Amino acid sequence: MNHVFYLSSAIALLGAALAMACRNAFHALLYVVVSLLAVAGIFFSLGADFAAALEIIVYAGAIIVLFIFVVMMLNLGQRAVNREDDILTPTMWIGPGVLALALFAELVVILIRGAGGSTTGIGVGPKDVSLALFGPFVIGVELASFLLLAGLVGAVYLGSGARSTGGER
Amino acid sequence: MIETGGHLLNVVIVLGTVLTVAAFLIWYERRLLALWQDRYGPNRVGPFGLLQVVADMIKIFFKEDWVPPFADRFVFVLAPMAIMTAVLMSFAVVPLSPGIWVADSNIGLLFILAMSSMTVYASVLGGWASNSKYALLGGLRSAAQMVSYEVFMGISLMGVVVLTGSFRLIDIVEAQSGLWNCIPQFFGMLIFAVAGIAETKRVPFDLPEAEAELVAGYHTEYSGMKFGMFFVGEYLGVTLISALTVILYFGGWQGPLLPPIVWFFLKTFAVIAVVILLRASLPRPRFDQLMAYGWKVLLPLALLNLLATGVAVLL
Repeated sequence: MNHVFYLSSAIALLGAALAMACRNAFHALLYVVVSLLAVAGIFFSLGADFAAALEIIVYAGAIIVLFIFVVMMLNLGQRAVNREDDILTPTMWIGPGVLALALFAELVVILIRGAGGSTTGIGVGPKDVSLALFGPFVIGVELASFLLLAGLVGAVYLGSGARSTGGER
Repeated sequence: MIETGGHLLNVVIVLGTVLTVAAFLIWYERRLLALWQDRYGPNRVGPFGLLQVVADMIKIFFKEDWVPPFADRFVFVLAPMAIMTAVLMSFAVVPLSPGIWVADSNIGLLFILAMSSMTVYASVLGGWASNSKYALLGGLRSAAQMVSYEVFMGISLMGVVVLTGSFRLIDIVEAQSGLWNCIPQFFGMLIFAVAGIAETKRVPFDLPEAEAELVAGYHTEYSGMKFGMFFVGEYLGVTLISALTVILYFGGWQGPLLPPIVWFFLKTFAVIAVVILLRASLPRPRFDQLMAYGWKVLLPLALLNLLATGVAVLL
């Protein structure tokens, strides 16, 4: 399982890096999908099957599809690629590069100290996850559902076109 | 060593069976449609026209495999592969009969949902990469349709999961030895069937490829075997949905007298015949009707079904 873990991690990192560096928005989203699938692979190798399946269903299967939907509607062409060219100058990479380097240094320190766990952990089934979520962590689930409900109400309000104040007559 | 050999044999058996069934469905569908429309259908090549599939295959292999110059070449080639890979991956956790399965996963049902949510990329990528208006409209429609119908598909399946207490498909089949799930989960079954047909983009939910408005929708620009892969992918999807309906709601391989594998195939082909009958009898709705039906009728029904099942299990 260690090999699966390292392979998935490498693909996830490479996919994320290419997603940032890609000038075409559609191709960048495809790299994000690859990265998310690789993250699901990491979860599988750690024994978290349930989290892996949800990662694919929710992130790769739904959220990124919505992103792709928007990009398809916008019909970005060569103009958008040129604009990306203007933004992605070599000097632009300095700031993110320094920050990423700091994170990388932290990671190396942690790895040297040997705090990382083994990948051959015990499998966590869907039942265990649910018992934990609706037992000790139920407040988190409730808060998340509040947030989602608020988002839903906001979306309905914005989408209904029923605003009478502030808009054009 | 024997175990590995057995696994490999199972992989070959499942893959071979599934691909043969998907190819055979081309003949099955055309004959059944012909029967319901008072005509003969393909009946010249081989006995009962069975070799029509072979003739079609030879024809499609010899067609020119053309990539339009205005297309995004890499994504264009990737799209048909996506549908075949995603659907074939789902079959890895489908148990055909006792002992004949590729993987025995304890999240089998979730894995199938995950893979079926990946099939949306085939039509979306194909529609975008073709760089033509009809294909793009088809891709947009398919993205909206599949993301919406996936939601009710997932929720409708949860009724079965609540009754069984497991995502493992083998557990679900074995839990139905007394009473098939199609009776306590009748509404769940109906919602699952509708959502499943919408996921495979078949008539009456074939708006992404509606030939009256969009030429052929997201695969307008495809030709030769690339189109063939979309085509076979659709039939694989129908096989998957029918096999899943049998496993989840009709007791899988269980049945008296006949061997389990025969029962499984009899039931699966019966469900496929219903899917084809729907194509023969129903007209295509408008796109806004499709979306409204999904969100305003199926979603509340699926939630109510889950609620009722939960209450019944708790009491």
